[in-house]
Amino acid sequence: MMQPLLDVLSWICLLGGAIFLLIGAIGVLRFPDFYTRLHAVSVCDTLGAGLVLVGLMFQGGLSLVTVKLLLIFYFMMFSGPTAVHALAQAALQSKLKPVVDDRESQ
Amino acid sequence: MEHLIDIVLLGLLMITGFAIVRMKSLLAVAMLTSIYSLLSASLFVVLDAVDVALTEAAIGAGISTILMLATVALTSDREKTSQHTPLLPLAVVTVTGAALIYGTLDMPHYGDPAAPVHQQAASAYLHDTPAEIGVPNVVTSVLASYRGYDTLGEVTVIFTAGAGVLALLGYRTRRRNIEGPGIRKLVVLRVIAKLFFPLILLFALYVLFHGDYGPGGGFQAGVIFATGFILYALAFGLGNAQRVIPQPLLRIMAAVGVLIYAAVGIEGILLGGKFLEYGVLADDPVTGQHLGIMLIELGVGITVAAVMLIIYYSFVSRRD
Repeated sequence: MMQPLLDVLSWICLLGGAIFLLIGAIGVLRFPDFYTRLHAVSVCDTLGAGLVLVGLMFQGGLSLVTVKLLLIFYFMMFSGPTAVHALAQAALQSKLKPVVDDRESQ
Repeated sequence: MEHLIDIVLLGLLMITGFAIVRMKSLLAVAMLTSIYSLLSASLFVVLDAVDVALTEAAIGAGISTILMLATVALTSDREKTSQHTPLLPLAVVTVTGAALIYGTLDMPHYGDPAAPVHQQAASAYLHDTPAEIGVPNVVTSVLASYRGYDTLGEVTVIFTAGAGVLALLGYRTRRRNIEGPGIRKLVVLRVIAKLFFPLILLFALYVLFHGDYGPGGGFQAGVIFATGFILYALAFGLGNAQRVIPQPLLRIMAAVGVLIYAAVGIEGILLGGKFLEYGVLADDPVTGQHLGIMLIELGVGITVAAVMLIIYYSFVSRRD
């Protein structure tokens, strides 16, 4: 009874994560400048990788594997956004200008 | 299904390789090399070589990228345009590659159970390890016990590399902590680095002492340990990191690790066995093996961590 339900939940999470990762990759290719690309990567990667890990946790069941996956999950939740934040700060400090749409102001 | 994963990973590996060759910006090349290592690590996982994968991920994708970036920061991040024609190198590479591919024709097929490597030493190791050494991870038993001489040689090579970097680059002690103008702003980075620093060290110790049971061992643990300090140095400045773990201490640590390893070997002789025979270290041979492996892994870890930090310190302290 439990196993099919867990499988369905796991697959929903895995596919959802994959879709978010794909959207993030498309964002990196399509967005115009560094900051928007970084935005695409950070948001989609954190959510996508997190969902993949949750999906794997459903597969792992109540075991040591799930605990390890949970630790990786926490690690990614902290490290991903921090790395992107540091990158954006570094870009700002080296005076990289964001691309701004100034058609409205004219 | 597994073949599909192999093909995708190998394809990505090839694309990354071509991108590295074509790229002119050395900064991008350093990052691509890191991706290349990560892909290789994934391939090793597919091949069930998790110990090698952990090493590749920690060393190839982790610390060597940092060292390459440090080098790029010291020099220039543009590749020099070469003057000579690429025809001769191309011919050499083509001939060598063709010879190598010709050589693979004689090799047994991938996963062939009749291959010589599965017939002789490997099956003996797999068969004897539970009784002789009693360690679940056969890789550790081969690396640390059956092939103890080789590993001692490897540790000596790493020690020599550290000594070579010190001899070539020298070292300048930072009197005070020089910070870039912007580093004070990185509050988020500092908080997270402070949060992660103890966890990374804890994980390194786990990898070190859990190497008998799972993937891991002295080499990986040493690199992870060094990475923790490099993260600290990145977030808080080199001067603060050197206050925690100063350069003279590192030089002693690098030697102490190799000495621990050799001392375990000599202890074996003194107790009536052969060099690096762990069985005589305790009353029970299996307990002796456990003890010996634990001690030499500790020695390997200390040397690797110290040498990695020596190299990092030497590179970064030259910057200004």
